[in-house]
Amino acid sequence: MTLRNAIPVGLAFVLFLVAWQAVIQVGGFPPFILPPPAAVAERFVEAWRDGLMTPHAVATLREIVAGFVVGAALAVAAGYALARSRVVERILSPYLVAAQATPILALAPLLALWFPEGLTSKVVICALIVFFPIAVATMVGVRSVDAGLLELGRSLRATRRQVFVTLEIPAALPSILGGMRVGVTLAVVGAIVAEWAGAERGLGVLINLARGSLFDTPLLFATLLTIALIGVGLYVVVVLVERRLVGTR
Amino acid sequence: MTTAGGHLSIDDVAVSFEAPDGRLVALDGLSLDVGAGEIVAVIGPNGSGKSTLLRVAAGLFAPDRGSVTLDGRPIGEPDPAIGLVFQDPRLLPWRSVAANVAYPLELAGWSRDRRAERTRELLRVVGLTDAASLRPRELSGGMRQRAAIARSLALEPSVLLLDEPFSALDALTRERFNVELLKLWSRTGMTILVVTHSIAEAIFLADRVVVLSERPGRVVAEIAVDIPRPRSPSTLDDAAVSATGREIRRHLAGAVAA
Repeated sequence: MTLRNAIPVGLAFVLFLVAWQAVIQVGGFPPFILPPPAAVAERFVEAWRDGLMTPHAVATLREIVAGFVVGAALAVAAGYALARSRVVERILSPYLVAAQATPILALAPLLALWFPEGLTSKVVICALIVFFPIAVATMVGVRSVDAGLLELGRSLRATRRQVFVTLEIPAALPSILGGMRVGVTLAVVGAIVAEWAGAERGLGVLINLARGSLFDTPLLFATLLTIALIGVGLYVVVVLVERRLVGTR
Repeated sequence: MTTAGGHLSIDDVAVSFEAPDGRLVALDGLSLDVGAGEIVAVIGPNGSGKSTLLRVAAGLFAPDRGSVTLDGRPIGEPDPAIGLVFQDPRLLPWRSVAANVAYPLELAGWSRDRRAERTRELLRVVGLTDAASLRPRELSGGMRQRAAIARSLALEPSVLLLDEPFSALDALTRERFNVELLKLWSRTGMTILVVTHSIAEAIFLADRVVVLSERPGRVVAEIAVDIPRPRSPSTLDDAAVSATGREIRRHLAGAVAA
């Protein structure tokens, strides 16, 4: 980002903080309803410094990454099968759509019941929530492979595997990574929901603590800020990978 | 580059497709013999099945009837001895020019070192050495088609099939490309079968011009081009060219009317 681009971004952020403060001034909200930005910032720094935030953030990040990797890997495989076989598409589509249409919030307690111990239920929920957008994006991407290139591959006696590696995957990559952008932000939601369904550690747990027994609204906001930063950070990672892999086309 | 021409024989080939309004016969009993080292141009009205003919010859398409042989060997599927240049360059947009040219070698399992050496040679032949690391989108239309031709030559085919290869290029570039194609031909001795829309191009390139009828495509006429080689663009001003052109045009008119 150049300085020219950074200026409006910075100004917008300042404006956001000013508006936040103004809402408090005008509405006269007490800090336990809506804490001022300065209090949130202070609590954020403090929670990280005294080690309260770290274990929760690490636990959540681990769930997100593991769930995303598992879900994305399965989704790419499924998306490929959906793109290449009408039969597979016809058989799987209803389940896929039904699974996507069922609120993850409703499924989370069930999955927590089935996979009670530790990481598993969170990974399953994260994987489930990232699966649909990435599978659909992969399917669309693989279907978008230029028929002319496929014919070229055939004329050069490319094997099934060579077609997959040298034509289908590279051609589908922009679309797959687009799906991953969506997926990675959903994985954050999935992890928090999964933690609410039962966990000992994690940012979702910390939200409940801050709201309940600690009654620490600035900490609640500081936790939300941490979640948002994790989401933004992971999104940027996907964008960087995307730029690296397809940016030079 | 040491490739000798192969003898391509297309015998009584018929092809039909499933179409919404019944079966569409693209080729019906087409026979065509291209001798070793010969250049044959196929010309015909739109929908005469010219592209289908090339696909059958390339082994991409199994005919309903008839056969294709190369030096007596039946061609039922794509063959490394047959190079194919499509109408559009069909470069992989995510690969550099060099990697595109090396693509057939990679698929054929050549080692990295051999690939690099062969690719250098191919790029030199088509004059793209300086563009080796560029992406297709950074090239002009002409350069893209050069890269496609280099790619088609990668496995040293004995027969080169070209499907209106220069039709997207401007007239001057096209003329230059035809001159270069002849140079390439005289150096390699390849057999060339080229589909074209242009009578002038057909006469300039070919030893023999084959005129196809409207669908279903059949050979209406075979016209020998008795113009000495080497040919240059100014060759096209000769009286012999006009006479040959008139004859082709007459048969083409007949092909459309029939």
